[in-house]
Amino acid sequence: MSDRVFGVVGLLLAIGYAWAALIIEESFLSDAVGPKAFPLIIASVLALASIVIILKPDPSPHWPSFLRFMEVGAAIVVMLLYANLLPVLGFVIATAFAATYLTWRLGSGPISSVVSGCATSLGIYAVFHLVLGLSLAKGPLGF
Amino acid sequence: METLSSLADGFVIALTWQNLLLALLGCFLGTIMGALPGLGPSNGVAILIPLAFTLGLGATPALILLTSVYYGAMYGGRISSILLNIPGDEPAMMTCLDGYPMAQKGRAGEALSLSGVASFVGSFLATWGLILLAPQLVKIALLFGPAEYFALFTLAFATLGGVASTNQAKTAFAAALGIGLATVGVDTQTGVPRFTFGEVHLYDGIDFLVAIVGLFALSEVFLFLEHRHGKADADTSKITIGRLMPSFSLLKSCTPTMLRTSFLGFIAGVLPGAGASLGSFISYTFEKKLVDKEGTFGTGDPRGVAAPEAGNNAAAGGALVPMLALGVPGSGTTAVLLAVLLALNITPGPLLFTQQPDVVWGLIAALFIANFMLLLMNIPMIGLFTRVLLIPPRILMPIVAMVSFVGIYGISGSSFDLMVMVGFGVAGWVLRKLDVPLVPIILGTLLGNAMENNLRRAITISNGDWFALIDSPLSVALWSLAVIGFVLPILFGKILKARMRRMAKDEEGSIVD
Repeated sequence: MSDRVFGVVGLLLAIGYAWAALIIEESFLSDAVGPKAFPLIIASVLALASIVIILKPDPSPHWPSFLRFMEVGAAIVVMLLYANLLPVLGFVIATAFAATYLTWRLGSGPISSVVSGCATSLGIYAVFHLVLGLSLAKGPLGF
Repeated sequence: METLSSLADGFVIALTWQNLLLALLGCFLGTIMGALPGLGPSNGVAILIPLAFTLGLGATPALILLTSVYYGAMYGGRISSILLNIPGDEPAMMTCLDGYPMAQKGRAGEALSLSGVASFVGSFLATWGLILLAPQLVKIALLFGPAEYFALFTLAFATLGGVASTNQAKTAFAAALGIGLATVGVDTQTGVPRFTFGEVHLYDGIDFLVAIVGLFALSEVFLFLEHRHGKADADTSKITIGRLMPSFSLLKSCTPTMLRTSFLGFIAGVLPGAGASLGSFISYTFEKKLVDKEGTFGTGDPRGVAAPEAGNNAAAGGALVPMLALGVPGSGTTAVLLAVLLALNITPGPLLFTQQPDVVWGLIAALFIANFMLLLMNIPMIGLFTRVLLIPPRILMPIVAMVSFVGIYGISGSSFDLMVMVGFGVAGWVLRKLDVPLVPIILGTLLGNAMENNLRRAITISNGDWFALIDSPLSVALWSLAVIGFVLPILFGKILKARMRRMAKDEEGSIVD
């Protein structure tokens, strides 16, 4: 069943991709093939593969329970927040929070999570910024 | 003779303090990454590419660092196979069969050092194979025109699923998805924007490094979050390492096995669609048929440890041949190494050997050096690596995630790229659940543009005649191979995969090398 849903999504993707290829505005200077032909070939491969997946699905994988799904969803939200807050908070603070959260959700106790999250953040900062000189995001505090 | 003098030049390049240090660092990190379950060679190299890139290393030093990681990971995979019965990466799964029983008998130290020696023999011979074979392949590749290149790319995609692929539709889907991603951005030939939906960030196209790190490293973090399993928190203290040096007679009895399987593994590595996993599988089954007269394979026979390790390391070296000589990788990890080359603005392929021989030969010399370092590192220092296995994933995985973010942020400094990377991580997680291979996606994003350019060049040269694609005997041959390579697994893939699975239980959704 999962595969059929996946195949339908793939087919829609192929149709969307083909449509987006057809509305590419061609410039007046073009080669013999043009910018549309290759994407259209790829779209048809994508569509064919999707149809085969719909017709001959594999057995469904083991999907996690709703709670585990929320777990992954929450991690995604945290990572997106991290991506956006990195320039605002600065590397060390943002990373300490994100690493603490991930360590906690992967099964550490609250206190050891905070310790290992801060250690991860400071460790990466020390190795990559202080030793190797990589420029990391600077927050209001300068680190 | 010419080859030897080029190799000597390569050693001159590789033997600087900086390069030796980088090789040492790469070997060390690679062994750790290979040893840790869940971080295979592709993951290891993927996380480190953006770092090597942002540190501003030159082409040769960066390549030396990352290929050392690659070779190191191939060595490291065996450690957890032998001690914990969990393969550190997929090619090492055959090593569990005899390695773990040996460890249970109190011969873990011998198994580790013997497999270290076998790994050395395998990669040493394969590096020589690379030196001898790659220049020959370059001579053939110089005959290729755009039409042949287009056929060659198709061949690479058609065979990428591997002989053991169970669902070719999913491989084709993944390849098309990857190539489709590559077409996002301004068209290189006419300058019109494609699939950008007016988003300025997309005009440059999607950075393949963002895609690779997201698909490989972050999806691994999501898999761990989903399971939150503690099975990798295994306790190695129960196992006694025992004597560390294998006895001379043991080495002698395993030598013919190592030589045979190195050869087999190398061939498996060079051929498209085989890769290191199949190399170790073929080596093990072949040796079992040939020398296992008393039925001791599977119960801790040293030859059963030497065979797959020599095989998978030789395959790792063999896989570098098509990657360097043709610019078309045959396995997952070499696809990631191709990304390194492209990120450094080096176009692999026949011209690389003539235009930038220093890069090629410096790299090959570095492979030899890395190999010796790994041998020295892997026998006396094995205790250190076994201790690394005790780091639980709950500490390790956040570090992996954060280092991935640091690398990508270091390249562009934009939050947009980080969000795209998270998107790829989620996509990678879902696709791995659905058993869709990730390597064709990566290869698609890497080669998509080159593939399209060659197609358009071929058609333009022939004034719009599409039959130009099958005009020369060479391209017809390549197309037929592509068709055979794609159809064969549909017929035999299930049987082969079932056999591999029966012999060694497979990890869910692991990245196939």
